Amino acid sequence: MAEASDPGTRASAGGWPRWLRLPPVLGMVLALMAIWYVAVVPMNVKEVLTAAERAGVEVSPPSAVDRRDMGNWALVFRNTHALGNSWSSDRPKLPAPHQVLVELYDSTIDEELNGRRGIVRSGTLSNRSLVYHALVTLNATFLGFLIGALLGAGLAVGIVHSRVMDMSVMPWAIVSQTIPIVALAPMIIVVLYSIGVQGLIPKAVISAYLSFFPVVVGMVKGLRSPDAMQMDLMRTYSASTASVLTKLRLPSSIPYLFASLKIAIAASLVGAIVGELPVQKGGLGARMLAGSYYGQTAQIWAALLVAATLAALLVYAIAALERRTLRRMGMMP
Amino acid sequence: MTLVIFAVLLWVLGFGLNVMLANGPARDTGAVRLAVPLIFGLTILGMWELIVRGMQVSTVILPPPSLIAASFAENLSTLWGDFVQTILKGALSGYIFGCGAAFLTALLVDRSDYLRRGLLPLGNFMAALPIVGTAPILVMWFGFGWQSKAAVVVLMVYFPMLVNTVAGLSETTAMQRDLMRTYAATWGQTLWTLRLPAALPFVFNGLKICSTLALIGAIVAEFFGSPTLGLGFRISTSIGQLDLGMVWSAILVSALSGTAFYGLVALAERRMTFWHASHRGGR
Repeated sequence: MAEASDPGTRASAGGWPRWLRLPPVLGMVLALMAIWYVAVVPMNVKEVLTAAERAGVEVSPPSAVDRRDMGNWALVFRNTHALGNSWSSDRPKLPAPHQVLVELYDSTIDEELNGRRGIVRSGTLSNRSLVYHALVTLNATFLGFLIGALLGAGLAVGIVHSRVMDMSVMPWAIVSQTIPIVALAPMIIVVLYSIGVQGLIPKAVISAYLSFFPVVVGMVKGLRSPDAMQMDLMRTYSASTASVLTKLRLPSSIPYLFASLKIAIAASLVGAIVGELPVQKGGLGARMLAGSYYGQTAQIWAALLVAATLAALLVYAIAALERRTLRRMGMMP
Repeated sequence: MTLVIFAVLLWVLGFGLNVMLANGPARDTGAVRLAVPLIFGLTILGMWELIVRGMQVSTVILPPPSLIAASFAENLSTLWGDFVQTILKGALSGYIFGCGAAFLTALLVDRSDYLRRGLLPLGNFMAALPIVGTAPILVMWFGFGWQSKAAVVVLMVYFPMLVNTVAGLSETTAMQRDLMRTYAATWGQTLWTLRLPAALPFVFNGLKICSTLALIGAIVAEFFGSPTLGLGFRISTSIGQLDLGMVWSAILVSALSGTAFYGLVALAERRMTFWHASHRGGR
C-alpha cells in the first residue's frame, strides 16, 4: 500500500478559510456528475436501442448485428430520438447516479424498514441489506486493524531498541511493502478454510497483514524522531530505557503513528473486501462479486459507494482522533 | 520431532550470528548490512522447511520452500506467460497510461487555482478509497483480456499520482519564482528549469507508491475474470486444484516483480534526484 508519509508533507489547500474551500470542490463534484450522466448514454446505447426496437421505435441501422460492430457515439448521433430510456434501463452497463442512489436506498433503508427480512419485521438485520454486509466487512476491518496496529507498534518498539532486530527485520519490512500482498488474500482464506477456520478470522488476518507494515515503518520513524538534544537531556537525567520510551519516544511518535494509522485503516478495509471475494459468506466484497456474476451493475455501484463512504468515515474518524489527541498534547494549536 | 529441534537450533545459531555481527566491530560496513538481513531470511526459510517437515504439516496448508522451488523450476514457461500477461500487459501499460494521464492533468490543474482547490481535496479523498472495488465493473466493460486489467490499474494509480505531482509542482519558494520572473522566463521555461526539477522527488514518491498499486490492481482484477493466463488466474485456479506449490510460485513471481519494479523506479529516482537531501548520504 501507500508508504507512510511524514506528517505535514501531505498537500492541503492551505491558507484558505473553510467556507472558501468548499465551492471549488462542489464544482468539481458537480462536473464529475455531469460527465457521468453524459457517459451513461453511449455506454448503454446498444441495450437501449434493442429495447426501443422491441417497443416499435424506428432505429437505424435496424439490424442488431450491424449495431454491434458500430461505435457507440455513432449510434448515439444516429438515434437521438430513441435514447429516452438511457437513464432508466433495467440492466444498464453503466447505471446513472440516481439509479445507484435508488438501489442504495432500496438495499438499505427500504429493505430494513419494509422488507420481509428487515430489522423492523424480523428483529435482525436482513442479509440482503447493505447495512448487514457493511457491518460484516467492518467487523473484519476493525479486528484486523487492531491486531495489525498493535503488532506493528510492538515490533517497532523492538526494532528501535534492538540493533539486531533493526538490521534483520527492517529491510524485509521495507521490501514487503513493494509486494502486492493483496494477491495472497484468496490463498489465506482458502487455506484457513480447509483447516476449519472460517468467518471473521481469515479476513481479519488479511486486514491485519495489510495494516501491519505501514504502522511498523511509520512508528519506527516516529520513535526515532526525538533529536540528539532531547536524547541527551534524558541522559543527563540518567533516565532508564523504559522511561525514555514512555516519556520521550512514544509521545513524539504520536503524529507519525496517526499518519500511518490513516493509511493502515484504509488498507485494512481493502483487505477485508478482497478477503470476502473467495468465500461468499456476506460482506461488501461478496456483494460486489455477486453483482458482477448476475450483471446487477447498480448493486456493484451501491456496494462500492458504501465501501467508499466507510473508508472516508474511518479515515475521518482517525483524523478527528488525531486532532483531539495532538491538541491535548499541545502539539497542535 | 528431531527436525523441530533442529529448527530451534538453527534459529539460535542464525540469530546468535546476527547478534554477533550487529554488535561486532564491523557493524557499519556494507557487507554486514547486507549479510544480516540475508542470514535472517535464510534462517526463517530453513526453519520453515524443517518445521513443516518435522510436524508433517500437510502440503495443502503450507508447502515447504523446497517444494515451492521445485514447482517454480518445473513451471518456468507457464509462469513466464503469466508474468507477460499480468505484469507487462496489464500492470505496466496501465501504469504508464495512468501515471502519464495524472501527470498531464497535474500540469493542467496547476495552471488554474480553482481547479487545484477543487481537485486536490477530491484527489486526496479518492486516493484513500478502495478503488480495487471497481474491478468487477471494469472487467464487465472491457472484457476478460488485459485491457480491463490495465483500466483498473489506470484508475488505481491516477489519484495518488495526481495528488503527489500537484503537491510537487507547488514546492518552489516565492523567492525562486521571483528570480525566474526577473529573468522574464516564460511559463514553459519556469516549468522546465525550475518547477519540474523541484517536483521530481514528489513525482517519484507517487511513482513508487503506484508501482505496488499497479500490481495489486492487475492481479485482483483477474479474480473477476481473465483468459486462462495471468498470475491472478493462476493463483485462484491452482487453489481450486489444491496445487499449493504452484500458488506459492505465482506469489513468488508477483513478489519478485513487485520488488524489481519498485527497485527500478527507486534507481531512476536516485539517478535523477541525486541533488536531493535524502540521497546525498550522511543522514
